Amino acid sequence: MAVTMTAAAAERVKSFLTNRGKGIGLRLGIKTTGCSGLAYVIEFVDDLNADDEVFAVNDVNIIIDSKSLAYLEGTELDFVKEGLNEGFQFTNPNAKGECGCGESFNV
Amino acid sequence: MALLQIAEPGQSTVPHQHRLAAGIDLGTTNSLVASVQSGMPKTLPDANGEDILPSIVSYQSDKVLVGNAAKALAISDPQNTIVSAKRLIGRSLADIQQKYPNLPYTFSGDKAHPTIATVVGDINPVQVSSQILTNLVERATQALGGDLEGVVITVPAYFDDAQRQSTKDAAQLAGVNVLRLLNEPTAAAVAYGLDSGQEGVIAVYDLGGGTFDISVLRLNKGIFEVLSTGGDSALGGDDFDNAIVDYLVSQFNLQRPLSHQLERQLLEQACKAKELLSSQDSVDIDVEHQANTLTLSMTKAQLNALISPLVSKTLRACRRALKDAGVSIEEVQEVVMVGGSTRVPLVREQVGQYFKRLPLTSIDPDKVVAIGAAIQADVLAGNKPDSEMLLLDVTPLSLGLETMGGLVEKVIPRNSTIPVAKAQEFTTFKDGQTAMAVHVLQGERELVEDCRSLARFELRGIPAMTAGAAHIRVTFKVDADGLLSVSAMEKSTGVEAAIEVKPSFGLEDGDIIKMLQESVTHAKDDIQARMLKEQQVEASRVVEGVEAALVVDGERLLSPQERTAIENALQELTKISQSSEIARIEQAIKDVDTITASFAERRMDSSIKTALAGHSVDEV
Repeated sequence: MAVTMTAAAAERVKSFLTNRGKGIGLRLGIKTTGCSGLAYVIEFVDDLNADDEVFAVNDVNIIIDSKSLAYLEGTELDFVKEGLNEGFQFTNPNAKGECGCGESFNV
Repeated sequence: MALLQIAEPGQSTVPHQHRLAAGIDLGTTNSLVASVQSGMPKTLPDANGEDILPSIVSYQSDKVLVGNAAKALAISDPQNTIVSAKRLIGRSLADIQQKYPNLPYTFSGDKAHPTIATVVGDINPVQVSSQILTNLVERATQALGGDLEGVVITVPAYFDDAQRQSTKDAAQLAGVNVLRLLNEPTAAAVAYGLDSGQEGVIAVYDLGGGTFDISVLRLNKGIFEVLSTGGDSALGGDDFDNAIVDYLVSQFNLQRPLSHQLERQLLEQACKAKELLSSQDSVDIDVEHQANTLTLSMTKAQLNALISPLVSKTLRACRRALKDAGVSIEEVQEVVMVGGSTRVPLVREQVGQYFKRLPLTSIDPDKVVAIGAAIQADVLAGNKPDSEMLLLDVTPLSLGLETMGGLVEKVIPRNSTIPVAKAQEFTTFKDGQTAMAVHVLQGERELVEDCRSLARFELRGIPAMTAGAAHIRVTFKVDADGLLSVSAMEKSTGVEAAIEVKPSFGLEDGDIIKMLQESVTHAKDDIQARMLKEQQVEASRVVEGVEAALVVDGERLLSPQERTAIENALQELTKISQSSEIARIEQAIKDVDTITASFAERRMDSSIKTALAGHSVDEV
């Protein structure tokens, strides 16, 4: 299994997709940007690209493009609440360092 | 570690470039803040999980309390605890005292900008609203994990310039960037996605705790036009509760006045019964009184009988609003329900029956306005680059300026989509006139005295020219928030004067509606009055022109008899122009024209001669 997801995250993703009314799954990826070099991408998916791989994780389709897959191998996606704030968090064993706010990382 | 939100396909933002935005429903009784997270708009709760912030601020010597903490002091310390500041914002003292004579506050400050005397000094309503905004913005900043790019704040559709400007001032005071002020009914329609739906007429029925508003909107090419607004600023769910309390008092055979405790107990039970009867058919009410427990079973039918007259009252307002808008019930495509009191089944039924369609109720009616504002804020902050949604509002009343004779020249007509800028050229009325007063007005009527004065300023430094020779360009601009600025420029010299309209007093809630209705009722009178004024202005222009010519050339070109004849005609015209007989004034102007015709010819000949003197015919 390339990536895993906590029950809380899976539940949230499912409810977001239901409320959105369309979309075939959730895209996880990385892009080169930010102060530490790489940043996570987390998006709804309406159409698949040629290099996409689809994983069924906790009944949710997780879509990762082949280039990102190398950086995300073994990552766990969680949904957490911190005080009033709530959102998704990546626990990525490949990440070697993060920028101060944790929005970008390097490997 | 930052907490991430799910983006729309292809629209992930770069780190540190998330544009956080929120929508704020700044209500009379309650306020809310909402934001779009992971593509879903939702209201943001405070640390105790409460979405709703009571719009109450209490000023204590050592601290300022907002919301529930302040609510607790509303009864024990009413003078320093300000409730419903929205009713006071942008209004003059006279307006407030006439409309709400029983407020517990001590007013200070000047008549146009009243303040409330509290233990920490004079507080104006803008400051109170600013405290509420600060509280909500802090909540959003914490919930979203960063500073806000900006907010969208909703205001009632009937809010005039003064009230909108004051709301914007409150936001500025709170240090928050206002992306846009949005009309409340428009926000509710946006929450239901009606802005991307079919074009047509939408009715927004907003029954809150203390106020009722009905707005008729028309969606046309992505623009929401407010066709009419109406309602009752003293009708709401609280009246439902009071009707139940009165019923309980009579059923229990209680004699008023009752103790505060008992009144409060009855009110609590009434409110609970009302809420329970939304989902069940009968409810038992228990009230402790003098060591006895008074018990009563109340059915849904009994509740309906009690509140039915109040619901009928709202429907009458709906009928008036439709009539004002000039649309029939059949033309209404959707009915949006806003406000907690629209949860009452009877309200939904009656509204559904009246409009002959099922009203939209799927979004929590307390939150729907904030949610619409959040959706709009998300777009305006730039989080949806592909979105074509460009939501526009319109001016509620025409804007114009005063011209000679106390007439109003409309520059921006009512229901123009904003932002809008329009310019019109005006000229001087007298020879050698070097200054011009610009008087900015709002309203539909033809005469200045019937419209609302917004601002006055003067354009000075116009070069001395003959009357009618100067070109003065007056530009009216209304920004996306519905706020007006006016500038005037004399074209030959470029001298300019401008004003941001910050009117000093507000209109009554119903005034806009009243002003609109009057413009229709008085249309004929107004046209008559306009024609009369125009003739009078024309008469005095003619008199001035001829008199000026007499001074210059009278001696030289006219025989004493001719001069006397002209002077008599002028006197006659001056006299007649004081009357209100349009036809006679018109005739007198014609008479002066005829009698001065040969004088004018001679003047022309003479000036040509002067111009040609010393030149040979070949040169010409």
